[in-house]
Amino acid sequence: MSLRMTLRRREALAGYAFISPWIIGFLVFTAGSMIYSLVVSFSRYDLLTGSISPAGAENYAELLQDPKVAQSLGNTLYYAVLAVPLEIIVALALALVLSRAGRAAGFFRTVFYLPKMTPAVATASVFLILLNGNSGAINRFLRLFGIEGPQWLVDPHWVVPSIVIMTLWGVSGTMVIFLAALNTVPRELHEAASVDGAGPVRRFFSITVPMISGAIFFNVVVLTIAAFQVFDQAYLLFWRDQTNASPSSSLFYAVYLFQQAFRQFDFGFASAMAWLLFAIVLVITLIQVKLSNRFVYYEAEARS
Amino acid sequence: MTATSGSASATAFVREAAETPATDASAARLPGRSRTSSRLGRIVVWVALGLCSCAFLYPLVWLISASFKPREEVFDNALIPHTFSPQNFVEVWQQLPLLSWVFTSLAIAVLAAGLAAVSSSVVAFGFAFFRFPGRGLLFGLVLGTMMLPTAVTMVPQYLIWHGLGLVGTWVPLFGANLFGSAFYIFLQRQFYLGLPRELFDAARIDGLGAWGLFRRIAMPLSIPSFVIVFLFEFQASWNNLQGALIYLNGGSPSSFTVPLGISYAMTAFSPTNGGHGDYQFVMVASLLVTLPMLILFAFGQRFFVEGVATQARKG
Repeated sequence: MSLRMTLRRREALAGYAFISPWIIGFLVFTAGSMIYSLVVSFSRYDLLTGSISPAGAENYAELLQDPKVAQSLGNTLYYAVLAVPLEIIVALALALVLSRAGRAAGFFRTVFYLPKMTPAVATASVFLILLNGNSGAINRFLRLFGIEGPQWLVDPHWVVPSIVIMTLWGVSGTMVIFLAALNTVPRELHEAASVDGAGPVRRFFSITVPMISGAIFFNVVVLTIAAFQVFDQAYLLFWRDQTNASPSSSLFYAVYLFQQAFRQFDFGFASAMAWLLFAIVLVITLIQVKLSNRFVYYEAEARS
Repeated sequence: MTATSGSASATAFVREAAETPATDASAARLPGRSRTSSRLGRIVVWVALGLCSCAFLYPLVWLISASFKPREEVFDNALIPHTFSPQNFVEVWQQLPLLSWVFTSLAIAVLAAGLAAVSSSVVAFGFAFFRFPGRGLLFGLVLGTMMLPTAVTMVPQYLIWHGLGLVGTWVPLFGANLFGSAFYIFLQRQFYLGLPRELFDAARIDGLGAWGLFRRIAMPLSIPSFVIVFLFEFQASWNNLQGALIYLNGGSPSSFTVPLGISYAMTAFSPTNGGHGDYQFVMVASLLVTLPMLILFAFGQRFFVEGVATQARKG
């Protein structure tokens, strides 16, 4: 009995020893940072002197009065509402096509995955020209069908859709997850359904979608969180050059937060922005989890 | 709830590489209602594949083309340059401190990826092999941090590095990787759980201690998952613009990383900043930083398949 106790204690000690790097990192860089960030959000912070003084809810009051916060939040929400469903639809469509490609699937998967490997700076520098309203390739392509494309990066109404296009170009990460999920759908289900006379559309909505609902849910959650943090493309195309005036519709939340923190060094205000973002993302994720209980099919539940 | 379903898909993602070819064969034998409808279906699939490939490849082909164009033609959007200007690839090294950007990025990426792979595999081994009070709760926390927006910890982390006097050095760009990273811990834990338990029991009877089990048995067997983490983190670090903006932007351009450098070049050579800029150099630089990623992918795909095949054999 006592030997078993010491063995067990030894095992536990070894376990704690192995995970200790993560525990330290979590305490300092995650939990500690979050608490400190909350403290800073209720303070006035001066980086030069390193002094910190309590400011009550001053930063949060400023947050509500600053029209740019509301504006950037609106732009980001608009982006999320546009980008996430499109990403899901495009990624799922690509995965479906790929799953029928037979032996060529590997080749096309590689082709579709290349944009995902392209660094954001390269993507931005290329799309800056492809999205040019007059001579850009995208509008030239549209002209083939008699459509006069918009001034993508100039017209305030088309700024967010421009970023969505760039996001969609790199949609293959999501596609790969769908592809894996599609491979777990049992063939027999499709065969049985088609014997019963169900067409491809019916089979898609009655078999495929429920069977991969777990992957759909995962992608929606992850893409939504990512959408609220979009930074690289908006920064590179619109806010890199501080002397240039950019349309206010291109101000994304993460960009404004970055400007407040690392251009204005207003850490109190930036931390308040970060916590507002955290609260919004948390609420949206919780709503998605709640909804998913109704719609997501888990294989384990059905089996037991 | 969120975290569990996330983990399921992430494993599926890794497993996918090995399983795809097998299931493709059965997908080809779709029970079509008649031969003509399945032939039509196949035509639709191939047309869709072709069109999508064009859409996905066009920007990359265009990038290659633009980097061979002389200054006046960069904005003409022709897919084939009217005038070939290969000297761009020579001149870019004089126009931009590209070599030092590549060196800086490469050093940081290797450090970041190496540290992440080692620390995450140590932590993952702890979660996979030892029973201790609070294990489930702690692992839940690991998964929970995957969902945390980076913005929340951005300012306090900056203050930590500022307090240590390390802003402006490379350390903030890889330092936190010393403590493991949630997604990689999860990935490697999955891999360890797939290893046969008997191997470890036998080694333990032979007198191997906890560290020995990790060093002599788990590590050599988990090279594939180690490489996967290394490649993932290498890519993340190589592309990291925001971190470089926060920690290196104050220095001289020659101390920049590649993403920060190109961002700087886009401004310096911008057509809106004083007429027709030398944007062809931005194109060449963009191409040169994309190529290593494409090579990495060509090389890494094999490891994805390998890592997974090892796991599948255990099945």
